[in-house]
Amino acid sequence: MFEKALKGNNYYWMWLAFLGLIIAIGFVSYLRQYFYGLGITGMGRDVSWGLYIAQFTFLVGVAAGGVMLVLPYYIHNFRAFGRITILGEFLAIAALLMCVLFIFVDLGQPLRAFNVMLHPTPSSMLFWDMCVLLGYMFLNILCGWVILTAERKQVAPPKWIYLFVYISIPFAISIHTVTAMLYCGLPGRHFWLSAIIAPRFLASAFAAGPALIVVMALILKRVANFDAGKEAIDKMVTIIIYAAIANMFFLALEFFVGYYSQIPGHMHSLEYLFFGLEHHGHVYNNLVPFMWAFILLFLVGMALLCYPATRKGSDLWLGVGCASIFIAFWLDKGIGFVLAGFLPNPTNEITQYYPHLNELLIAAGVWAIGFFVLTILYKIAIGVEHEIEA
Amino acid sequence: MDKKRRNFLKIAGISTLAGLGATTGLGRLVGGAQSAVAATEEAATAEQGNAVKQNAGDTPCVNRYGMLIDVRKFREDLSLGERVVQACHQEHNVPNIPVKKDEIKWIWMTHYENAFPEQPHLYLDQTNVEFQLPILCNHCDNPPCVRVCPTKATFRDANGVVIMDFHRCIGCRFCMAACPYGSRSFNWSDPRPFLDDATMNKDFPTRTRGVVEKCNFCTERTRVGLQPACVEACGDTKAIVFGNLNDPDSEIRQMLKQHHTVQRNPSLGTFPSVFYIV
Repeated sequence: MFEKALKGNNYYWMWLAFLGLIIAIGFVSYLRQYFYGLGITGMGRDVSWGLYIAQFTFLVGVAAGGVMLVLPYYIHNFRAFGRITILGEFLAIAALLMCVLFIFVDLGQPLRAFNVMLHPTPSSMLFWDMCVLLGYMFLNILCGWVILTAERKQVAPPKWIYLFVYISIPFAISIHTVTAMLYCGLPGRHFWLSAIIAPRFLASAFAAGPALIVVMALILKRVANFDAGKEAIDKMVTIIIYAAIANMFFLALEFFVGYYSQIPGHMHSLEYLFFGLEHHGHVYNNLVPFMWAFILLFLVGMALLCYPATRKGSDLWLGVGCASIFIAFWLDKGIGFVLAGFLPNPTNEITQYYPHLNELLIAAGVWAIGFFVLTILYKIAIGVEHEIEA
Repeated sequence: MDKKRRNFLKIAGISTLAGLGATTGLGRLVGGAQSAVAATEEAATAEQGNAVKQNAGDTPCVNRYGMLIDVRKFREDLSLGERVVQACHQEHNVPNIPVKKDEIKWIWMTHYENAFPEQPHLYLDQTNVEFQLPILCNHCDNPPCVRVCPTKATFRDANGVVIMDFHRCIGCRFCMAACPYGSRSFNWSDPRPFLDDATMNKDFPTRTRGVVEKCNFCTERTRVGLQPACVEACGDTKAIVFGNLNDPDSEIRQMLKQHHTVQRNPSLGTFPSVFYIV
């Protein structure tokens, strides 16, 4: 089916060339980092994880979000998702690829990455995270490919594939749960040490993932003549709304626990994120604008998605609404969550994190690789759809 | 009949295997938690003078090396702290990196409020406001860093010392996020340009970029019967006493019996092996 990716109009090739350019810049930046070390990032002794791990965490959510299409379609037989389930599965593949790459670029000794497999350590959540991420990636490649092949031949998919489809559903939940467990089991990091991290991750994932799929579907409608169908989009928007509200509810609970208990450790990171943390007469607040942008974009997105005229009336407003939710939750999880956990450090000092330009270019490169793969996968999926229709 | 027996044997075999797998898996997962309980229970028995055998994770620790730091001595001799840090960093080829975020430190002097942030005090006594005390890896009896390491690059040896395998570390820095004491440093770039070839300790390896490092309780010295470099730097002051916490007759245990001591944030269940007389 790969030949479908080799035929396209000028815009298709220009888009791929654009992504290729960003990938090339990212690759050169990575070589620079590889030969110097992780010193050319904003990370340091106090904030020892930065943009890379934050992107990884967010993208695990995007990958898990695809299950919001798979589950209704395969478990509840919600037919309207039939055409776009493949979009969810292929998005998961691209997102997981980005996750693996973000972990890889974050390693101090990337050539030793396979030590995780050579010396498996069940007590380490990173080991389990690797297991479920690779497992979920394999399941999505398998299910997506087999089902698309069957569709192309216009036969029913083989029975055995459903076993893997059903396994992939708890796997989707597990990837984000185990990713949350990377954080929420660490003593002394109060912001992360919360049992609600995993549910909160899942809620934001089930909003951000489908939001991106809706945006993709709307773009594909314009550029590739692929209509996901009104009913499917509408149902997805409903899912996004509820999941987004759940995420904000969980965040509100974090605020309550911190500020009602008045335990300083539970307030520090929230204070730093939203209001600026005062420490020895200096206010540390470099993430405050991002967090209020998160709240604002959430409100804008919700307004556009909940108001019938904007949701049903025009694709543009619908797209803007979904994009707002996606960006809002990216700010929340892809920036705020990971960075704020490191403040203050264990010896009660505060170091603010500012990404290095080289680090930004590498991160952009990884995102570009993800979208490059996603474009090709979607091109194949839609090529098959058009072939059947023709 | 035969067929039934065959089936029975099959099921029996599979369930035995499954049972074995589950117990080992679970055992590994809860190993850390058990040792914590063991530590509290055994504290009582140790009082009666029994040899204590503790166990965190896979390594049965025959000894448990610990340290007692008498902060008063560091106040009496203000140059002592500097000497201790120098001795350690010289011994282990710890580079002196000027950029603060890239710093590497195994033992360093800091204020009371930084060493014990879980003991905030509005009206802290003047001595603790002014003077500094040394902090280093606590070599916890239930170390979170060992628990989270995905490659077993950091582990406990038979003496209960948490050490690093610099050649196995992949530089994921999970241990740095997990350590509640900020004891771990990462080589953000090649450390060798920051070392002086002339004064370098040729008997201890330098590190490469991209690996985590920290205090190793001078295993390379204690192995040959020497005291840790920081202890040696204190001379006869007894500012730092090093010994086996599992031996009730050891000097450190005797001193712990006589003095009121504190550990850094013990409420996290890590059971630090470094004690302070403040």
